[in-house]
Amino acid sequence: MRKEAIAEGTAIQADAVLDAQGLYYRDLNERLYHLVEQGARSIVLKHIAGQRYIGTNLQAPVRLTIEGVPGNDLGAFMDGPEIYVMNDAQDGCGNTMNSGTIVIYGSAGDILGHSMRGGSIFVRGNVGYRVGIHMKEYGEMRPVIVIGGTAQHFLGEYMAGGVLIVLGSHLGPNQMHPSRYIGTGMHGGIIYIRGPFDERFLGKEVGLAPVQGEDLLLLERYVAQFAGYFGLDAASLLQGPFTKLYPRTKRPYGRLYAY
Amino acid sequence: MAWANCENRYNDERVSSACGLFGFMDTTGKRHDGSRAILALQAMKERGNGLGAGFAVYGLYPDWAEYYAFHVMCRDEADRLEVEEYLRRYFRIAHAEPIPHTPVKGMGETPILWRYFVALEGAAEEAQAEEDIIVQHVMRINSQMDGAFVFSSGKDMGIFKGVGHPDQIAEFYRMDTYQGYLWTAHNRFPTNTPGWWGGAHPFGLLDWSVVHNGEISSYGINRRFLEMHGYLCTMRTDTEVVAYAADLIMRRHGLSPEWAAAVLASPLWNEIEAMPEPQRGIYRAIRQTYGPLLLNGPFTVIIARTGQMIGLGDRIRLRPLVAGIKGSMVYISSELSAIHLAEPAIEHTWTPLGGEAVVAHLGVAPEPPSVGCAVSEVAPEVRYA
Repeated sequence: MRKEAIAEGTAIQADAVLDAQGLYYRDLNERLYHLVEQGARSIVLKHIAGQRYIGTNLQAPVRLTIEGVPGNDLGAFMDGPEIYVMNDAQDGCGNTMNSGTIVIYGSAGDILGHSMRGGSIFVRGNVGYRVGIHMKEYGEMRPVIVIGGTAQHFLGEYMAGGVLIVLGSHLGPNQMHPSRYIGTGMHGGIIYIRGPFDERFLGKEVGLAPVQGEDLLLLERYVAQFAGYFGLDAASLLQGPFTKLYPRTKRPYGRLYAY
Repeated sequence: MAWANCENRYNDERVSSACGLFGFMDTTGKRHDGSRAILALQAMKERGNGLGAGFAVYGLYPDWAEYYAFHVMCRDEADRLEVEEYLRRYFRIAHAEPIPHTPVKGMGETPILWRYFVALEGAAEEAQAEEDIIVQHVMRINSQMDGAFVFSSGKDMGIFKGVGHPDQIAEFYRMDTYQGYLWTAHNRFPTNTPGWWGGAHPFGLLDWSVVHNGEISSYGINRRFLEMHGYLCTMRTDTEVVAYAADLIMRRHGLSPEWAAAVLASPLWNEIEAMPEPQRGIYRAIRQTYGPLLLNGPFTVIIARTGQMIGLGDRIRLRPLVAGIKGSMVYISSELSAIHLAEPAIEHTWTPLGGEAVVAHLGVAPEPPSVGCAVSEVAPEVRYA
């Protein structure tokens, strides 16, 4: 996305600053781990350039602020931390994440929230392919992804639980979401999309419905949270039209290999 | 050296991972050194394993721009003399020299590397016929001489590649001494084929070069189709079919890069059937004519030739590709962080859809595409089922 559209970091009370210039990802993650062990609870990472797996090994309520573009699998298997990415993120962000929050001021790549089990991800810009692929929920654990812009193909592929919200706020007039094959293999969870998309190319397992009642409450809650992170107006983002996409069955392939 | 000695010493040929691609082009034609590309590959170190790296540079030999620059790798001096004798028989050699290189720690044995600036004896009737003759000679050398490969054969461009990490290959070939308006670069993680000198990327034929991440599952059918058109696959890796396919459809058949994308990474049939006419008819005809050139499986490639850089991924994007623009510069990369590292003041970055080509042309100011999809004649009303 356009660089000027990416917000400057708000003044952050950091108790550690880590300069990642030229630092190999293993060394970086080890240093982060030790900083957290020593009690740091707010860490600013400067000059990040493609280092992978940031935040994976931190099981503490720590806040990371990332300057630069972090590498693949940011927050993979993450359990607890809050990560603020002041720029774009790459692929596999939030992979199998368990709890915590990732806030991305730019855009994110493919398989965002892949197999996510809990926590939430907020992306101000656009996202790539297969976002939310096989995310799932159980009991109180209900992962949420809110995308300000649009998503590319196979959004919510094999989705088994959780909530995906796409707000379409970067689409121009007379534009629709490019997303095709939304919800292919979807058998749980819920997707809300604001604005038009091409219905001819939906996943076969998906049903469409208008939003009402509980949907609106849920949208209000998460869109307000999204708007809060990026200083946007929730009321205008909540102006529809929203479409709800739900799985027609919980076992789309139940009869595939059985006669 | 024996080719066998250059093969995978880690014995991990089937490790599944990903290669790193990077390319940049100054669309004004201004030449740059390759430091951006080297930096970018270092940021994507994880995408390679030291079993191959390389660079293609355009606008490389302005003093010899009229000659085909043959970069040749040979097992030993006898093989080199055999190639040289062959070249003397069919070409006028304007200049010949070893490709300058420096021994680099940890790189192991290296082949003999020479470059020949050659012209065909006697003018061919037309440019295309001359290029076809060059292709035939390259195919003959590469398929018939055991100990020698022509790995670069274009005018005013060159490919430098080998077995090693990108920083080692860059140091080995002294890439900091070269300038070009278009660079592509590759960091290899061989998965299905051996990591050997000839199998490193970029692959080249004439002024085409290809760097590739992924695997071409349709290699067998692609190869058979290309063989029917005179291309012989000799490099023991799937990537070379992309270079030959590019030569066949874009140079010989004159397809634009956008239509070439429709051949190599065609839309799915259900998408073609949903298109309005005449688009649908054209896509059907393309699929019927060039079906055997569809590249199946997960892949991203950067294809370059004189004055053009094309980034293309498979139609359901099973490998990553991102692009960026800064003024007249266009960047294509496997990872976004590499673009930011190469160009900290990058103005615009985006991710093209699978099967959608990113094309940079010399002399054409680049423009980023729109993220949305036009609600045009296919405009659907949102219905509730």
